[in-house]
Amino acid sequence: MMSTTKNPRLALPSLLLDRLRDPALREIGRKLAGGGQVEPGEGVACLESTDLCGLGQLALAVKRVRFGDRAFFIANHHLNYTNICGNGCRFCAFHRPAGSADGYAMSPDEAARRIAESPVADLREVHLVGGCNPELDFPYCLDLLRAILRARPGVKLKAFTAVEIAQMAKKAGLSHHECLVRLKEAGLVAMPGGGAEVFSERIRQRLFPHKIGADEWLSIHATAHRLGITTNATLLFGHIETPAERVEHLIRLREQQEESGGFQAFIALPFHPANTLLRDLPGPTGVDILKTIATARLVLDNIPHIKAYWVMLGAKLAQTALHFGADDLEGTIVRERIAHEAGAHTEAGLTVEQLVDLIREAGCEPVERDTFHRPVESSHGRE
Amino acid sequence: MDVSEGIRCLERGRLDPEPARVLYEEADLLTLGQLAQEARLRWNHDPVVTYAVDRNINYTNVCVSRCGFCAFARPEGHPEAYVLDQETLVRKCEETLALGGTQILYQGGLNPALGLDWHLEQVRLMRRMGLHVHGFSPPEMVFMAGQSGLTVREVIERLVAAGLGSIPGGGAEVLVDRVRRAVSPIKATKDEWLEVMRTAHAVGLKTTATMMFGHLETPAERLEHLFLVRRLQDETRGFTAFIPWPYQPAKTTLPGRPAGSTTYLRLLAVSRLVLDNFPHIQASWVTQGPHIGQVALHFGADDLGSTMIEENVVAAAGVSHRLSRSEMIRLIEAAGFRARQRNTLYEPVESQGEAPP
Repeated sequence: MMSTTKNPRLALPSLLLDRLRDPALREIGRKLAGGGQVEPGEGVACLESTDLCGLGQLALAVKRVRFGDRAFFIANHHLNYTNICGNGCRFCAFHRPAGSADGYAMSPDEAARRIAESPVADLREVHLVGGCNPELDFPYCLDLLRAILRARPGVKLKAFTAVEIAQMAKKAGLSHHECLVRLKEAGLVAMPGGGAEVFSERIRQRLFPHKIGADEWLSIHATAHRLGITTNATLLFGHIETPAERVEHLIRLREQQEESGGFQAFIALPFHPANTLLRDLPGPTGVDILKTIATARLVLDNIPHIKAYWVMLGAKLAQTALHFGADDLEGTIVRERIAHEAGAHTEAGLTVEQLVDLIREAGCEPVERDTFHRPVESSHGRE
Repeated sequence: MDVSEGIRCLERGRLDPEPARVLYEEADLLTLGQLAQEARLRWNHDPVVTYAVDRNINYTNVCVSRCGFCAFARPEGHPEAYVLDQETLVRKCEETLALGGTQILYQGGLNPALGLDWHLEQVRLMRRMGLHVHGFSPPEMVFMAGQSGLTVREVIERLVAAGLGSIPGGGAEVLVDRVRRAVSPIKATKDEWLEVMRTAHAVGLKTTATMMFGHLETPAERLEHLFLVRRLQDETRGFTAFIPWPYQPAKTTLPGRPAGSTTYLRLLAVSRLVLDNFPHIQASWVTQGPHIGQVALHFGADDLGSTMIEENVVAAAGVSHRLSRSEMIRLIEAAGFRARQRNTLYEPVESQGEAPP
């Protein structure tokens, strides 16, 4: 299941290299074709290049070596089980303090009912994340997983960011390892990549001082990997971080993957400012988002999948991102709240047919997948 | 012919229909983007992207044309039917000036209740207030000529005498009569559209050209449209810019879903490649949103259009994006270009109003 294999050797047509207008990109292209890795300075050169299509060509060439023209998606349902959170991160519009009038926490039965009633016909995965709610204890988390599996026995559970794991382990007086062992027994097979934000102590101090930092986040993922739990990784970008800090984040992920090998996918999350304490910041532009996705594809040569998370990007930008190194549109999602509270104007969910249409229109071949990115027989293909 | 031969044709000079078809249908999105960007930089080597501050004023929504793709038009006597009175027009113009605007994009439905004299009076009013009037798309010109018994040339000359400064390229949709008969049977034909533009250029007016695609036309018919306007431009040199945008199906009677961003960017790029005699290609943030509107600046576009202080037609179809001038400047600069405000004739203007926060 763990896929640490590096990208196969890149064969870049000389025509493609010659067409790159930015000499720095030509240099990076030659290096990749020779089996080299993108170093920090080169990653920054990618982010700062003004040859957007040229950068995209490099990222697309790397993506094609692994996946050809395929683009993946999953029939899944996102559930945010509570919005009560004591962390108070400045970039978050979703959390409410305990006791707040519009705070909520779903009982395991309530969560199970929502999944039982999910409109997604062939539901394959439930993505479950929430706030660090001081009222909810470790037995609640285990019950939540069990109740959902009882409601839809076939689904795979991708649940709890490293931030939530750290919180529940602390409350229960367990090690991360023990905590994850019990969650796995209750049905957890994968972890989402949230809560990584930017691996920079400077930024943590300014934006999320009450939340775990890079070392603890990475160590929890490494523990999960050792237990056979695959995980994702994210980067929340486009707020106060520098290009060098973005690249540093990617390099740390690459190093961690070298060691523990369980990262399945990377997701670049553009910061949405509305309703957050950083609402005066503009948020990243479309060009910046595409460059960040492409740079992630080039730097992360040992993480197989790069997602274009349409909830954060919008369907239009996500579709274009399939030409900038991304190979996965995430899923049907159904009802996402975290990005929408921060002003994302995207739909709350897309149908399988809509995802297939977006992928085909982009000139790619849609492949429905499971949580582990294994192709599945797709409901849309049965005609 | 394959893509690499298509590219060689392009490098040798003008793109003929066959290599254009091969590139449009077979080249990768990013290859088209790179070729379009090279062509753009040949035309306009400065990494400058222009934008305009203007207001879109729709003088009436009453329209006899009833095109299938339109969610804006209302029949005469409909409770939501309106005609803009002079007082409101003056107020809208004053607001435009206060925001640093230099021009009015002035268009409306084909309303039989409005005579040429009424239109002339409105144009004089805007002109007296110091605004450039970019107004009356070809179907409106043809309609006014039919109503007044004058020729198109006479109508244009009278409007110019009243202060009309240039003509927008709207109502072109797809310049193929098969398509027009299906989507807008009552409106000006392909030849009438082209003739209005030829006449306008002959009397010294500059105009834009547009294409609204993504409904009933084939890819080949899109290219046919591009070659038609290229031929006219060879003749007159009167077009300043080409502006393609996809049809927005919500709330209209034509079926279908909107073309996605990749379809849009491909068409934008191939427009730059075919229209080698058009100085400017405009990105449509109004239909694409700010993300893809900005990305389009790397697929051959060198203009981000205008701030559209008021936009009613696309909004009526259910799409609503807003961009302030400062946000437009930020998008252009973040895409790696220098931003420059322009007027309708694509000349630089000294910005007068305060950029809104």
